[in-house]
Amino acid sequence: MLMGDLGCNRVVVTGLGCVSPIGNDVKVFWQNLIAGKHGFGEITKFDAAGLRTTIAAEVKDFHPEDYIDKSDIRKTDLYAQYALAAAAQAIEDSGIIDRIEPHRIGVYVGSGTGGISTFISETCKMMSVGPDRISPFFIPMMIANMASALIAMKYNARGPNLPVVSACATSTHSIGEAFRAIKYGHADAIIAGGAEASINPLALGGFINCMALSTSNDPDNSSIPFDNRRSGFVLGEGAGILVLENYEHALRRNADIYCEICGYGNTCDAYHITAPHPEAIGGAEMIRLAMDESGLQGDENLYINPHGTSTPMNDKAETRAIKRVFGDIAYRIPISSTKSMTGHMLGAAGGIEAIAAVKVLETGMIPPTLGYQEPDPDCDLDYVPNTARKQDINKALSISLGFGGHNAGIVFCQ
Amino acid sequence: MLDKITEIVHVYTDNQTLAVTEQTTFTDLGLDSLDTVELLMKIEDEFSVRIEMTEDIQSVGDIISVIEKLQ
Repeated sequence: MLMGDLGCNRVVVTGLGCVSPIGNDVKVFWQNLIAGKHGFGEITKFDAAGLRTTIAAEVKDFHPEDYIDKSDIRKTDLYAQYALAAAAQAIEDSGIIDRIEPHRIGVYVGSGTGGISTFISETCKMMSVGPDRISPFFIPMMIANMASALIAMKYNARGPNLPVVSACATSTHSIGEAFRAIKYGHADAIIAGGAEASINPLALGGFINCMALSTSNDPDNSSIPFDNRRSGFVLGEGAGILVLENYEHALRRNADIYCEICGYGNTCDAYHITAPHPEAIGGAEMIRLAMDESGLQGDENLYINPHGTSTPMNDKAETRAIKRVFGDIAYRIPISSTKSMTGHMLGAAGGIEAIAAVKVLETGMIPPTLGYQEPDPDCDLDYVPNTARKQDINKALSISLGFGGHNAGIVFCQ
Repeated sequence: MLDKITEIVHVYTDNQTLAVTEQTTFTDLGLDSLDTVELLMKIEDEFSVRIEMTEDIQSVGDIISVIEKLQ
C-alpha cells in the first residue's frame, strides 16, 4: 500500500453492500457480473406497453422487511429502502458498529432523483382530491437527503453527513468526498454511496424524451457500451454502499480490509445540461486529478470501470478522455462497463461500480462488457468484451459522469 | 367504532396484537406527530368526517368523542 500525504490519514474500504438488478447482495451481484448475466427484461412495475422503451433493469425479489421495521416501510420511499438495505449489508460486512465513537462515523449517501415515485403518487392525490389530503410523510419521503439521514438514525452515526446530488455522478462524489473527510481527519469512518429507484412512468418518459435511452427493446442488445450499435442506456435501480475507514482505525480493531482508496477527482464540463463535452476536457482533467492524488501510473495493471452508459456520445467522449490522460498506454488498460449487466443505476451507479472495482482488486477477475459485437472506430480501447478475464490488477479507477457535466472519479489500490 | 379504529391503528403499528382501548394514547401506540396526522387523515376518510387537529386529541377515546359529535 502507498503512504498517504504527510500528516494525512490513509483510507481503506472495510465493508460492501448492494441491492442491484443482478443480485441483492454483493456475493450474488459479483457472481452474476463475472458470469456475464444481465438484469434486463420487460418492465413489470407498471404497464409500459406502447412506450418507445419497454425494458429496464429492475431489482427483483427485494424484501424491505428484511432490513426495515414494518411500520417504517410505508413511510420510506423505495430509494431509501434500497439504501437502508445496502447500508445494513456494508455495516455488517465491516463489523464497525460498536467499534467506533458515534461522532466519528458519518454517512454520505446520495440519490439522483430521491423519492420520485412518492412524488408521483402524492401529485396524483393532489390532482384528484386536493392538497389537503397530501401525506404528512410526502416531504420527508421525497427529499433526496433522507436516505443518508435514515442510515444515520439507525446506526447512531452522528459524524459528518452529506447526501450528494449530482445526477449519475452522485455515488462517486459521495465516496470521493467521504475519502477526503477521513483523509483530513473529519471522521474515522463513513458509510458512502448512493441509491436510486426511478423506474416509473414519469422518469421513463423524461429519459425517453431527452433521448438518453436505448432505442432497442431487445434485452440482450440494448445496453451495449462502446459497441457501434449502441443507442442509449437502459434504466436500472438499486443501491451501492461502502464503508470507508481510517486505515489506522481499521488496523486497531483488526478489521478485514478490502483495499485502499487513494485518489479522487472532481471537475465540471461547464458545457451542456445533458451532453458531455465532445473534446472530453473536463473528464480528462478529472481522471488526471484522481490519478495524481493516488500517485499511481496508468498501465496494464490498472483496471478502469468507466461510466460507459451505452449512449453514443458518452462512450465516445469517455474513450477520448481516457486517451487524453494515458496516451498510448490507454490501449493496454482493461476497461469494462458493468452497465452492460446492471443497466444505468443513475445515482447508485458509482456505488455499485466502486464495489465492482474493489472486487476486481480482491479477486483479480475483470467482469466483461457484455453484448459487445461491433467495434466503433471512435471507441478503440480494450473493453474486455463478453467474457470475464483473469488479469494481474493492483489499482482500479471508477469513473462517473453526470447530467450537468459533473465528472467524478476515484482510485482504489491494493 | 372502537373495533374499526383498532383495525386502522394496527396498520400504523408494528404490534398487531396490541390491545386498543378508549384510554390508549398516541404515545402508548408509539406514534409521533406525523404518524398521528396520518392516522387521523385515515380515520377522517373512513368515517367521512373532518377532524380539527388540536392538542386535546391525545387518545382513541378523544377521537371517538370528536367523531360522535360530528356525526
